[in-house]
Amino acid sequence: MDAANYLYLSALLFSIGAIGVVLRRNAIVVFMCIELMLNAANLSFVTFSRINGDLNGQVVAFFTMVVAACEVVVGLAIIVTIYRSRRSASVDDASLLRR
Amino acid sequence: MSFISPTLDYTLLSPILILLGGALIGVLVEAFVSKALRSSTQLTLTIGTLVLSLAQLWKIRNEQSMGAAMGSVVIDGPAILLQASILIIAILSILVIADTDHFTALAAALPGSEQERHSIQTGNQVTEVYPLTLFAISGMMVFPVATDLITLFVALEMLSLPLYLMAGLSRRRRLASQEAALKYFLLGSFSSAFFLFGMAYLYGYSASVSLAGIRESVVGGSGNDVLLLLGMAFISIGLLFKVGAVPFHAWSPDVYQGAPTPITGFMAAATKVAAFGAMLRIYYTVFANAEWSWSPVISMIAIITMLFGSFVALAQRDVKRMLAYSSIAHAGFLLSGVIALNKSGLDASIFYLFAYGVATVGAFAIVTLVRDSSGEVTDLNRWRGLGKRSPWVASAFAGFLLAFAGIPLTSGFIGKFSIFSAAYESGAKGVVFAGVLSSAVAAFFYIRVIVLMFFTDPMQDGTSVEIPSALTRSSIIFSILVTIALGVFPAPLLSFITTLATFIR
Repeated sequence: MDAANYLYLSALLFSIGAIGVVLRRNAIVVFMCIELMLNAANLSFVTFSRINGDLNGQVVAFFTMVVAACEVVVGLAIIVTIYRSRRSASVDDASLLRR
Repeated sequence: MSFISPTLDYTLLSPILILLGGALIGVLVEAFVSKALRSSTQLTLTIGTLVLSLAQLWKIRNEQSMGAAMGSVVIDGPAILLQASILIIAILSILVIADTDHFTALAAALPGSEQERHSIQTGNQVTEVYPLTLFAISGMMVFPVATDLITLFVALEMLSLPLYLMAGLSRRRRLASQEAALKYFLLGSFSSAFFLFGMAYLYGYSASVSLAGIRESVVGGSGNDVLLLLGMAFISIGLLFKVGAVPFHAWSPDVYQGAPTPITGFMAAATKVAAFGAMLRIYYTVFANAEWSWSPVISMIAIITMLFGSFVALAQRDVKRMLAYSSIAHAGFLLSGVIALNKSGLDASIFYLFAYGVATVGAFAIVTLVRDSSGEVTDLNRWRGLGKRSPWVASAFAGFLLAFAGIPLTSGFIGKFSIFSAAYESGAKGVVFAGVLSSAVAAFFYIRVIVLMFFTDPMQDGTSVEIPSALTRSSIIFSILVTIALGVFPAPLLSFITTLATFIR
């Protein structure tokens, strides 16, 4: 199978994630969309690694997973704190700050 | 397959390693030291770590090496200068952060809950902000010196993640502060996803994760140009977000306003140095040969950023939001140093970053002092007549504003003059024209604040200026002295930068 198809898939996943971040209102879902974008980037790295015959791309994917895990720790901490004080995780309800 | 152990040059890496070590000890101090001693231990540890790191940096200032960490990190002139700026700004910020009155006693407790009240009453103040700051600083130190994609990405996250948390630590107006943390986090990780995706395309383009390898491919021009263009576009989105350039600026006014003020100052100053440092390195070394494809876009963004920041700042009624829009305008001015793409552009950018960073920390330190019974007063109308009640504080603030406006005899003038002349030299006349125009607009609203402070009558509404603690005071005094000194005698620093600042590739 042509490896380029994986690049199309990865671009598609990335777009779905990006559109989700813009359209969805629940902070948890927005966050999941961001994770989807990171994983789409990982898929690209691994595919390019295969196409270029170079292992470094796969190493990057591992690092990205670790970083994404750290991001989950920090992100869920923030979202849970917001949820506990407001009883809502909607990004629209968080609107104390405006111009 | 045999495993070759990596060789690390610990001397060159020591400024970063010292910071990481200090941060880890800080985590242990947080866990094991009694609450009476915790705050002072943390402060001593943090300042000691920063000073030690700066001293180590001074020792290695003349050494240059590509191979400090197997080609992942480069220590060269600009690296040393940027790292030193970050450390100096960090020390000044820590002196302001040390006033723990700004931070929530217990971030995990619900706002207004019994638990929170209890921990304030018993003086059980957590001081996690110190190790978080140190972690953020070590990320910032690595970001401008990273020379491969993995290090670059890890450093980006290392500087961002602690900042997301720190934005949510305010003691007063906690809901707004948590909201700032949420916005900063969601938009920040959104932009790092773009950054990562751009990295993937650059890797696909060049089959190499090192910046040197990508540069070779760009110079050779043999790869698929679509991949290069996509890669450059996505990486630029990530970087432009971090520096707060239009149209990726939406987070900055909200985060600047909601975050605890000492953190805002630190974030505004130090993150800009780190992000522009990485941006300068990437554009000056890796993308330099593809200038035709990014220069017009970045010029456009620079022009829009300067004009947008200056004009919107005119309409602000809140000091912190005004400073946020002014920092957006400054991001535009700094972008003209990136566009210049010549040696004087690099020198000017480094000077500008340092001068702007120090003035920013000072300005936000003063914002922390103006209070009423419920906390800081950031409404500009209530700053009326501040100069009559507290002439010293108001004069210092006026000094920082004049530096932001770029009035002669302040560091801002020298910075703006050198960065615009570098851009003019490289032929970016449109950018320079927009820069001068928006500086004139910006000068109007800075001077409006000065008029408000000195030439209107004070209101009797309980707004007062806190007597600054010794640490905050020394931070403000140092900042204002540097701001004026760099305006009056810029030559020693400028020539120091000129001799040192050359990227090795």
